[in-house]
Amino acid sequence: MRILKVIGLALVGSALAMGSAQAQKKWETVKIATEGAYAPWNFSGPGGKLDGFEVELANDLCRRMGVKCEVVAQDWDGIIPALQAGKYDAIMAGMNVTPKRMEAIQFSRVYAASPHGFGVLKSSPLAKLAGTGEVYHLERDAAQAQTTIDAWKPLLKGKTIGVQGSTVNSAFIEKHFKGVAEIREYKTTEQHDLDLAAGRLDAIFAGHSALAATAEKPEFKDMTIAGAGVSGDVLGAGVAVGLRKGDTELKAMFDKAINEAIADGGLAKLTAKWFTVKMTPQT
Amino acid sequence: MDFAFMGQAFMTLIAGIPLTLQLAFSSVALGAVLALVLAAMRQSGILPLDWFARGYVFVFRGTPLLVQVFLIYYGLGQFRPTLQEWGLWTFFREPYWCALTALTLNTAAYASEIIRGGLQSVPHGQVEAARACGMPRGLLFRRIVFPIAVRQALPGYSNEIILMVKATSLASIITMMEVTGLAHKLISQTFRAIEVFVVAGAIYLLLNFAVTRIVMAVEHWLSPHLRPPPTPIATPPEAAHV
Amino acid sequence: MQPLGFFEIMGFGPRGWGAAMLLAALMTVGVSVCGFLAGAVIGTGVAAMKLSRSRIARVVADTYTTVLRGVPDLLVIYLFYFGGSLALSAVGRWFGADGFIGLPAFATGAIAIGVVSGAYQAEVLRGAYQALSRGELEAARAVGMSRGLMFRRIVAPQVLRYAIPGLGNVWQLVLKESALISVTGLVELLRQSQIGSGSTRQPFTFFLTAAALYLVITTVSTYAFQWAETRSMRGVRRA
Repeated sequence: MRILKVIGLALVGSALAMGSAQAQKKWETVKIATEGAYAPWNFSGPGGKLDGFEVELANDLCRRMGVKCEVVAQDWDGIIPALQAGKYDAIMAGMNVTPKRMEAIQFSRVYAASPHGFGVLKSSPLAKLAGTGEVYHLERDAAQAQTTIDAWKPLLKGKTIGVQGSTVNSAFIEKHFKGVAEIREYKTTEQHDLDLAAGRLDAIFAGHSALAATAEKPEFKDMTIAGAGVSGDVLGAGVAVGLRKGDTELKAMFDKAINEAIADGGLAKLTAKWFTVKMTPQT
Repeated sequence: MDFAFMGQAFMTLIAGIPLTLQLAFSSVALGAVLALVLAAMRQSGILPLDWFARGYVFVFRGTPLLVQVFLIYYGLGQFRPTLQEWGLWTFFREPYWCALTALTLNTAAYASEIIRGGLQSVPHGQVEAARACGMPRGLLFRRIVFPIAVRQALPGYSNEIILMVKATSLASIITMMEVTGLAHKLISQTFRAIEVFVVAGAIYLLLNFAVTRIVMAVEHWLSPHLRPPPTPIATPPEAAHV
Repeated sequence: MQPLGFFEIMGFGPRGWGAAMLLAALMTVGVSVCGFLAGAVIGTGVAAMKLSRSRIARVVADTYTTVLRGVPDLLVIYLFYFGGSLALSAVGRWFGADGFIGLPAFATGAIAIGVVSGAYQAEVLRGAYQALSRGELEAARAVGMSRGLMFRRIVAPQVLRYAIPGLGNVWQLVLKESALISVTGLVELLRQSQIGSGSTRQPFTFFLTAAALYLVITTVSTYAFQWAETRSMRGVRRA
């Protein structure tokens, strides 16, 4: 038995040694996951062909990093576990930087930021939620933000709010409207859009960028953004590339590429192409 | 594997058991009623009824349950104005009722075939003997056909109940917070997919173990004449019910 | 922009999803066939273990079928999806490979289906083996057939004959289970319908079409299995 143990240890040891010897891996191809159901950030066409702001941005960043890029689709609620399981190397899926996610993964620098808010049907009494057109930061404009949220509460009392599960949006709604309204969690934003239109939901809470894109579609012309936009706190510090904690080199590469894209206007051009709201973060 | 964490996960997930069981048993019970009707239609000898039942079974057994769930939940959402006119929207508005409808319609198709098999297994001689004694049809069904058919159908039905307990996990996809739904939520908070899914799997295994035991007890209770067997009766191996 | 009608959406024009849906249906068939074959291999092994004289083998095989039949297939697929590449990477590290080894969605799906359907196929095959006539096996032994020859000439052909109806049922199950593979991102029929309904906001149209395509596939395969059954029973005298 002793001999077996020794051999076992030796094997583990050599495997570890080989592992560390090859740790300085040269990145030639980077596999990037996106959700493919969050227009205009990322969405799928017929045959599952991925398109959208982040798909184009991913290709642009890979070009700047001098690597080959492969963008794959992954369901949202498994997107972080699958990154950790090594299904791909990076996430670009409208994912906001939050302390909670930082416990599990690391992020590049922020490449986009947009406020979040409610989407309702125009005919709904909720269309008159306070602060429409305004944007408050939950930490910097704490007082105004709190007044606005307090003003929303009586209107939303007993209503049903839809959010996508495992998102900053669901975190925000849980924090402020748990016990006030019924909260339903969906797999994708497309699904809660359908349920808002079908009348199963009184309101949805999502990124303004996505809400605006949905409201532009002819089938959703009776949907509108209601109430002030909010950002910060549990809503996160902006959208960035999600990476495994160990991959420091890859993080440096993404940071550099995003900074370049901001500096030469490449990012602004993509943002202008895909979004109707201003998205580029301050440098 | 972090066993302390799995213990916590277990405590979180058992909160979903009531909903899981509620969905499973309501759908099995409602499905059984519908299945009886369908089986009766098949046996009735009236062609349109027979065809309807055949078509029903064909469609519901030939398509994945997940597609049926999506069709009933999101698909019907497309027809809200019409459903509202008919006063059905309050029903289809709720994900719970949609999930229950899909599960019930689905299990009824499978169960009707199990019941039909049970009815057909009643030996013709026994029915003839009962008729010869002058039993009226109602009594014949109650005393002869029904008990034999139920005993025959029970093993198949126990499989069906297990399949339904498993099938309730699909309700998580339309926002229901049963065991699988809670598992997803927990994963989104902890990002530990494998541990949580292992715990969830263990819960379903326990539930199904309990179901199997209960059905076995019922079977034992229903077949006093078969125990204790004077000589072991060679029963043909149970083909897997799928 | 007018919302499109059914035939425009499901057609083959520039804005039509017809070709994509058919391709996805092919993917469904492909992943099901691979999963079914993987399940046949696993099922044969497990059935052999169930019938073996070794107590350990029987216990292992029984545990396998009990667990796999008691846990929702959705969870099994999730476990394979997340656990599969972690396990592979761990194995890979033993051989000095660095980093993560990913499994493509198709392989993950096919293996997950194989593992689940293997449990069902094992039961079917075991039942079929037990339906063999003892006399024939004894006769084969009596004429001095080796075990391999006996398996090839006597056991395998008859087990297959008796198993065809049961395997047909498992195949139908596999086909429907392949819909769950959509959660791993493989663009099969259900995934395609979800993409389509998200993009066109016409869920009913897409899921109804998907249901119809599933029905076509199941109907065709029912006939195929019936044909196989009749053909395999040519030599059997009917009572």
